[in-house]
Amino acid sequence: MPRTSAKTKDRHDPIQLLTPQGEAVTDARLPFDPSGADLPALYRDMVLARRLDTEAIALQRQGELGLWPSLFGQEAAQIGAARALRPADMVFPTYREHGVAWCRGLDPASLLGLFRGTTLGGWDPRDVNFNLYTLVIGAQTLHAVGYAMGIVRDTGRITGTDRGRDTGSDFADPAVEHPVDPADPTDPTDPAVLAFLGDGALSEGETNEAFIWATTQSLPVVFFCQNNQWAISAPYSVQSTVPVAQRAAGFGLPGIRVDGNDVLACLAATRSALHTARTGGGPTLIEAFTYRRNAHTTADDASRYRETAEEKEWAAKDPISRVRDHLVNTGAADPAYFAGIEAEAQTFAEGLRSRCRALPEPDPALPFEHTYAEMTPELRRQLAEHRAYLTSLREMSDLSGERA
Amino acid sequence: MTTTTLAKAINDGLRHALSTDPSVLLLGEDIGRLGGVFRVTDGLCADFGPARVVDTPLGEAGIVGTAVGLAMRGYRPVCEIQFDGFVYPAVNQIISQLAKYRHRSGGRIAMPVVIRIPYGGGIGSIEHHSESPEAYFAHTPGLKVVTCATPGDAFTMIGQAVSSDDPVIFLEPKRRYWTKGELNGAPPLDLHRARTVRTGSDLTLVAYGPLVAPALEAARIAEEEGRSVEVIDLRSLAPLDTDTVMASVLRTGRLVVTHEASRTHGIGAEITARVQEEAFYALEAPVLRVTGYDTPYPPSRLEEDWLPGVDRMLDAVDRSLAH
Repeated sequence: MPRTSAKTKDRHDPIQLLTPQGEAVTDARLPFDPSGADLPALYRDMVLARRLDTEAIALQRQGELGLWPSLFGQEAAQIGAARALRPADMVFPTYREHGVAWCRGLDPASLLGLFRGTTLGGWDPRDVNFNLYTLVIGAQTLHAVGYAMGIVRDTGRITGTDRGRDTGSDFADPAVEHPVDPADPTDPTDPAVLAFLGDGALSEGETNEAFIWATTQSLPVVFFCQNNQWAISAPYSVQSTVPVAQRAAGFGLPGIRVDGNDVLACLAATRSALHTARTGGGPTLIEAFTYRRNAHTTADDASRYRETAEEKEWAAKDPISRVRDHLVNTGAADPAYFAGIEAEAQTFAEGLRSRCRALPEPDPALPFEHTYAEMTPELRRQLAEHRAYLTSLREMSDLSGERA
Repeated sequence: MTTTTLAKAINDGLRHALSTDPSVLLLGEDIGRLGGVFRVTDGLCADFGPARVVDTPLGEAGIVGTAVGLAMRGYRPVCEIQFDGFVYPAVNQIISQLAKYRHRSGGRIAMPVVIRIPYGGGIGSIEHHSESPEAYFAHTPGLKVVTCATPGDAFTMIGQAVSSDDPVIFLEPKRRYWTKGELNGAPPLDLHRARTVRTGSDLTLVAYGPLVAPALEAARIAEEEGRSVEVIDLRSLAPLDTDTVMASVLRTGRLVVTHEASRTHGIGAEITARVQEEAFYALEAPVLRVTGYDTPYPPSRLEEDWLPGVDRMLDAVDRSLAH
């Protein structure tokens, strides 16, 4: 049967605004003016995010990091989503959102501390409104929802401005510092929350609870699912028989399915969902259909569970090369521009390497000091015991040094 | 002097917290119009509105998980878990997230969250409605775990728990909800302190929550038999006020610890270990435990004998003093 149009799409086909060949296209399901996106800047973000990743893997191989979860292949999803944010918005990442962290302005070296073992956090989430990484799958979706509940209360949509006293744990206050988005002057200044999750997280009960909370209270939160199709070795078919975006309907929130290797589609979908969130329209679930081109982490061996043919197929859909092709074909960037980015990436990687090695060793008292607001008498005793033990160790090593 | 029930004392304490601190809000199942299945939040939704006294969807992980997010935003959430046996779906959020946030963030992020749990047996409930989960939480660094035995303590301790910048598991002995007492009787103690509720010289009997009253009754009967039993209400299970226990044992030389929770790896085991570490030579007899058995709570028809009561406590007092 002849096809009436090559463009006829199944409603589950991911929305695409930039083809793998670098051609800009439109999709009636997600109207978007590409002039609202700075493609050269998005290209730079993606290249630097990939370089961060490559460098971290190298550092892990050299024994500088204990582990690294690679973002390779997911640059468009992360950069597209993150560049839709305003500074006042709050982000709740998983443990793989290095590209989002980059866009939030977090020092990339601070991401490494967790994986080097010098810290469990490494940054103050309030500085750039980017929460700590969450290793327990799906747990952060509920934190995002609770945070959105707080925003609703703060901004008076429910209770009036009954903002509580300062507990020292409030995050950067939004409206004052960050005026209306120039891209859309009609947008309200209220912040929204962007929660990242993977396809595996959708099988967790807590994620499902988060959807229920968010929809029944119409909260300003966007759930951005990078469906990279593999939860370590479990393919998506183990998690569900329907696409991620389709699962949203049962909870009563819109599901948008985009090509996760298309930075424009990810940007457009997230910008649209954040606008809905800010204007009282409630939550959205975005499925960025993408692929994790490396193993789950540096400790994983993907060759044990997936075929090279599949990996090759996704290599051809690379998120960075299609933007590069577009920039070249449209004349928006010249060879000097790309050379400049390459040089910047090289300098960036070298700096990251040296700053990783320079990350300070934690003080042995660190866990004792930050388990409770005030150290308990018992912890004081245990810290003293631990310090005495460390001192005796040093004395013993000094002694053996003398003998040698 | 105001006399009230323990349930009403918690209600008063929550009302006071809601009135004085706009960042306090309550989250839980059926806590709004119904006032909670034990009516502990009775009337609070009417007075403070459904945005401060929030009827949540039915999901315990959601209650605690959203409280974590609210705390990040500067709020002080007080969560109600409807029954002790329903807290387990929230344990991931409590142990992996709530308890560890301060530590993970290097002290940058506080988690001023209270989790109220009606707990323990003695009211003839069906399964999963009578449990003593305190040791799970007391074993988790970062959490404070407290329980009240009187209306006076209930009122002050819930206020202190809400004011705490650390997460607090607040265990409410449900069989004591309807017992009456004075709100402004004993002078308030810090949240982490144990209280000597009866002085004695022959033996120290340590109890908390639902078993403080039976312990006092056992001490009263023992006195009729010429034995002087000191009773300590621990109040705080994490951190433990071992100083108060140790000072008492150093004087009496004998210790019996009692709790409803099963024996092995319980709070009693910790206290016993501490005392033998630090007061070994003061002991006249082995430390004894009077506890629930290492089984799930039994069907309620067996509960009266299964739960540690006055007779088993007196038996332990006899065994200790026989040494």
